[in-house]
Amino acid sequence: MSVPAIELSAVLKSFGPVDVLKGVNFKAYPGKVTALVGDNGAGKSTLIKGLSGVQPYDSGVVRFFGEEVNLHTPREASAYGIEVVYQDLALCENLDIVQNMFLGREELLQGTLNEADMELQATKALASLSVKTVKSVRQKVSSLSGGQRQTVAIARSVLRDAKVVILDEPTAALGVAQTEQVLNLVRRLADAGIAVVMISHNLSDVFKVCDDIAVLYLGRMVAQLKTSETNHSDVVAYITGTKTQDGTN
Amino acid sequence: MSNANQPSLASGHEGTLRDQFSAYISRLKNGEMGSLPAVGAVLVLTGLFAMLSPVFLSRINFTNLFVQAAELTMLASALVFVILLAEIDLAAGVTAGVAMAVFIVLVKFLALNWILALIAGFIVGLAIGWVIGFFVAKIGVPSFVVTLAFFLGFQGMQLILLGEGGVYRIEVPEVIAIMNNNMPDWAGWALIIVMAVTMFALGVWDRARRAKYSLVNKPFSILIIRTFALLILGGLAVLIMNQNRSQGSIPIEGVPIVIPITVVILFICTFVLERTKFGRHLYAVGGNPEAARRAGIKVARIRIFAFMICAFLAVVSGIFHASRIGNVDGSAGHTIVLSGVAAAVVGGVSLFGGRGKVLNASIGALVITMIDNGLGLLQMPAGVNFLVEGGVLLLAATIDALARLRTGGSIVRK
Repeated sequence: MSVPAIELSAVLKSFGPVDVLKGVNFKAYPGKVTALVGDNGAGKSTLIKGLSGVQPYDSGVVRFFGEEVNLHTPREASAYGIEVVYQDLALCENLDIVQNMFLGREELLQGTLNEADMELQATKALASLSVKTVKSVRQKVSSLSGGQRQTVAIARSVLRDAKVVILDEPTAALGVAQTEQVLNLVRRLADAGIAVVMISHNLSDVFKVCDDIAVLYLGRMVAQLKTSETNHSDVVAYITGTKTQDGTN
Repeated sequence: MSNANQPSLASGHEGTLRDQFSAYISRLKNGEMGSLPAVGAVLVLTGLFAMLSPVFLSRINFTNLFVQAAELTMLASALVFVILLAEIDLAAGVTAGVAMAVFIVLVKFLALNWILALIAGFIVGLAIGWVIGFFVAKIGVPSFVVTLAFFLGFQGMQLILLGEGGVYRIEVPEVIAIMNNNMPDWAGWALIIVMAVTMFALGVWDRARRAKYSLVNKPFSILIIRTFALLILGGLAVLIMNQNRSQGSIPIEGVPIVIPITVVILFICTFVLERTKFGRHLYAVGGNPEAARRAGIKVARIRIFAFMICAFLAVVSGIFHASRIGNVDGSAGHTIVLSGVAAAVVGGVSLFGGRGKVLNASIGALVITMIDNGLGLLQMPAGVNFLVEGGVLLLAATIDALARLRTGGSIVRK
């Protein structure tokens, strides 16, 4: 197998007396969708906050394509190409799609905004993900549906040349058709060679789109499985702690 | 879309003039009305007052309207920068008052050169804006409270600087000239031509940029129509202002000097808001501060800058006011700030942040000034004036809130 885009070994994180991550190992490969599942309080959020540099880990090794890296700030994570698409999306409703996709990294020409360049790049990024659901790239985000907003947020990470994209419950608030669209988008993201990490509570979504499933249980990685080699009830058993995998605990 | 490497998504630039027009109509129906209600109000008020008073459309009153509106336009434009952030600056009027008090003290008592004194006034304004911005952005005190405190405190500062009941005549002809003198006829025509050429050139520049990236452009006719509309409306105004409007024997004619000053400032503000990174970030912070922060925008810095720009433009408005009445007094700027907020909101700038332009605010300022001017001509008591202005503000705020409901109940929409 190829080198993992992200490899965590023996990662520890505690908040005061509470140990949230108790020596976690985790791998995510380029071109694959890796699900990160686990019950509430298992440590999923803490794990991705460490990866995004928002809350650095206390100890442990983070390898990025085999190289040991330090992720202490969001800026550092972003420089490596690690992008997080948060649940609450972080889009400005009063701006249009192009403006949102380039927010904070606008293209300039002679000191003024180069709208044409940004519009073309944004359109290409959306097209590369085969996004067809939005009418116009100059639509205001306030006029978009939840699924379309999620699409814009994901496409923004593509625009930033992300190597690793972490999605925090991308389908949580979506209807059936929109969930389908977003899952297709997640698949295409991986097909483009990006390592995708998807946090989800919805196991049917996970089985539909993910290649690997990593299960956190009370701060430990109890299993990292291939989707093809496991089944729904096994994963539930790992999540609820009634089953453990030899060697990982 | 025919171009082979052209991706399949639209950009709103496609289609004929008719398509663009129907897209505009559907935007209106979706509640993106901008300053259209205010433009409607200008037309209705013009008709109404023209019927009721023979003086309203006279040459002298027509010109007066624009001169009076300039002061409020400047203050409303100042407030746009903070209202876009969903903040408020109640101290904008007294900021101008204090700056003008500093100006007159320096000129009168310290015999400073008037240009240096004006610069000092601007520096005082910027410093006040910075302090307000610091309290709001860095410490997190709501802007309503911070600026209310400054509003009260600076009334005292004005009194201390100028003394109880102190009124000082401005004896600087250059400052008095702003509101009271006119340009020669040719300069009025030159102004309107420069405006039209600038508008056209910017349009062509944008089109060239889009063409360079092989993006679709809107029909060229739209730019031509807009440029001609500006030429005709502006030309009409210049034509009226260039005629003698004096009721005495000394002729008074020409476009007042304050008009080009206002036009240039409005142009710069619009350019900054629409075409620079700072402007984009200002709208982003107004729309969703958390999203802006995550995108790497320094939110506190944007807020502080906004309050500084607001204070700076408020000082310009203060200069206009002092120039018009010819003196600086200790009570200047106490009430105008609420009219400024009203003008911005009437013009279509959303108090919820993230939506609005300085041009909207200037149309709103024209509405408020027309009410003021028209009711004055009809010799209505001042009480009626306040009642009507209050009613118009309530109406505008209601339209704003309803427009938001129309767009799916979301908080912000540009």
